[in-house]
Amino acid sequence: MSKSREIIAEAREVSKSYDGGRIVVLRDVSLAVRTGELVALWGASGSGKSTLLHLLGGLDAPDRGQLTVCGLNPVDEASRLSLRRHRLGFIFQLHNLIPDLTVEENLRVPALAVGAARAATAARIRELVTEVGMAHRLGHRIQDLSGGERQRTAICRALMNRPQLLLADEPTGSLDETTGSTVFALLKQLAERDGITVVLATHERRFAEACHRIVRVRDGRLEEIST
Amino acid sequence: MHIFSLIFTNLRRHRWRALIGMAGIAFGVAAMLTILAIVTGAIGMFQRILASDSHYLVFERNVSDLFFSSVTREQVDAIRARPEVAAAHPVLFGIVSAPDHPVITCFGIEASDPRLAKAEWRAGKVADFGARPDEIFLGARAAEFLGAHAGQTIAVGRGTFRVGGVFKTENGFEDGGVFLPLKAAQDFFHRGDAASVVTVQLRDERRGVEFKGALEAAQPGVIALENREFNSTYNSFKILNFTAWAVGVCAFCLGGLGVANTMLLSVFTRIREIAVLRVCGFSGRQVAGLIFGEAAAIAAVGVVVGFTLGFVLLAVLERVPQFQGYVQASLQPLVLVGIVATAFVTAAGGAIYPARFASRIQPAEALRYE
Repeated sequence: MSKSREIIAEAREVSKSYDGGRIVVLRDVSLAVRTGELVALWGASGSGKSTLLHLLGGLDAPDRGQLTVCGLNPVDEASRLSLRRHRLGFIFQLHNLIPDLTVEENLRVPALAVGAARAATAARIRELVTEVGMAHRLGHRIQDLSGGERQRTAICRALMNRPQLLLADEPTGSLDETTGSTVFALLKQLAERDGITVVLATHERRFAEACHRIVRVRDGRLEEIST
Repeated sequence: MHIFSLIFTNLRRHRWRALIGMAGIAFGVAAMLTILAIVTGAIGMFQRILASDSHYLVFERNVSDLFFSSVTREQVDAIRARPEVAAAHPVLFGIVSAPDHPVITCFGIEASDPRLAKAEWRAGKVADFGARPDEIFLGARAAEFLGAHAGQTIAVGRGTFRVGGVFKTENGFEDGGVFLPLKAAQDFFHRGDAASVVTVQLRDERRGVEFKGALEAAQPGVIALENREFNSTYNSFKILNFTAWAVGVCAFCLGGLGVANTMLLSVFTRIREIAVLRVCGFSGRQVAGLIFGEAAAIAAVGVVVGFTLGFVLLAVLERVPQFQGYVQASLQPLVLVGIVATAFVTAAGGAIYPARFASRIQPAEALRYE
């Protein structure tokens, strides 16, 4: 991965703790992610990788340090909204889809947030579900889908507003080995073919090793393992 | 999918909870509609009694209620003698009771009173009115609930009277009332030669101000009010109206609490989902909009159900014999608009805290424990 590519997300000496400082999750960590990279934040459960992902996505605010994502400060409310609407996509371990809506309705949620035109939204949905092999499931409710299908739907939802950066928090964590591999392959394809930057939090070494970079998260500190 | 789809999907998911909120609003609407319709109808009926073929109403100055007003025979004669006056009809109001009927409105009027001529006589005739001293005349509804017919002797108050005739009038109060010749009523109620009010018909309605000024100057003890003016200033009408709105608003407050409870539970059970909406780019304002939208949808259904309930209830009440025909629902468009507005304001008020809570949900906090 070329070092000349511009930095899309950066954390500088960021710290985060909970419970009034009693639980320190991140200790002065710094990380720079370049455009088009597929970066693995690899570590055990509770190591702080999800917290770092949440900080980059503006879901939480750091105690100390500076964050810059797509040129914006995710701590600032207006920037955060802009990031979530247009530049960032989130994928969670438990998909977090709205159960009583159909696949299509779930995919329309990000478009609703930005007030996208119906026709454009419909075209984008068709494009995405065809890409991930979910076109035949558009009218199905979430509870009728398998785990892999749900996660593929969640990926589509994250991609709806054409984000530059995907933040994936253990997206394969609740899937079986085969389905997990399929989902990971999809994320890798997004990075390598479509140039979308992906930051993947995972505890599975095999997926981390298949990424462009591995950043190990241990005891609230980051350690670059490979580039 | 429109933003409304999210609103209706959530209401569908929590349909029992939504139904409880809707029921709160519906009962508020039905209560307000029923109370206001009955009160407005009653006021309207009373106004029509007073305004029967008249332009002005004359009664004793500074009385709190027309039942306590006394206009003497001498004053009535003086009114009749005024050049502007075409006709003046004294009316004495009283309340009597009969077995099983504790409250019956009684009207003491003269035989020349136009309402007798205008009525549809079912037994007897106008000429009979006042011909015999021990006779009373009944409105058709009064005859029905008293089980009386012409020629029968019935007990009313402390006396017994022969029913001289029965007539049907359009006015519920009159139709459920007992009519006596003025003199007999004055004796019955120990009112000497006094009437409660005098309804005055002018030769030329445009000379009303002149009539009012001259009469009040000559007789400082009475006040003359144009019918419209009387309707807007009469304290009893104001009190009735205020009470009706107050009771209705109280009913709505309970409905508002229902909506607040519904929306709060709805938000608490969806914290994670709301967090996901925020992650997908929904602003706090959009999330609050969803909650207010749900409350508005609940209010809209509540209004429809409430109006249906209210109108059915009014139709039933108008037919209940025990109400003696006194229920004649009347609703003005402004009142209906007021009820709808109150329903939506109540629902919105109930949604304020839940919406505020929902708009402040922090995604990281809500999603941390997967």
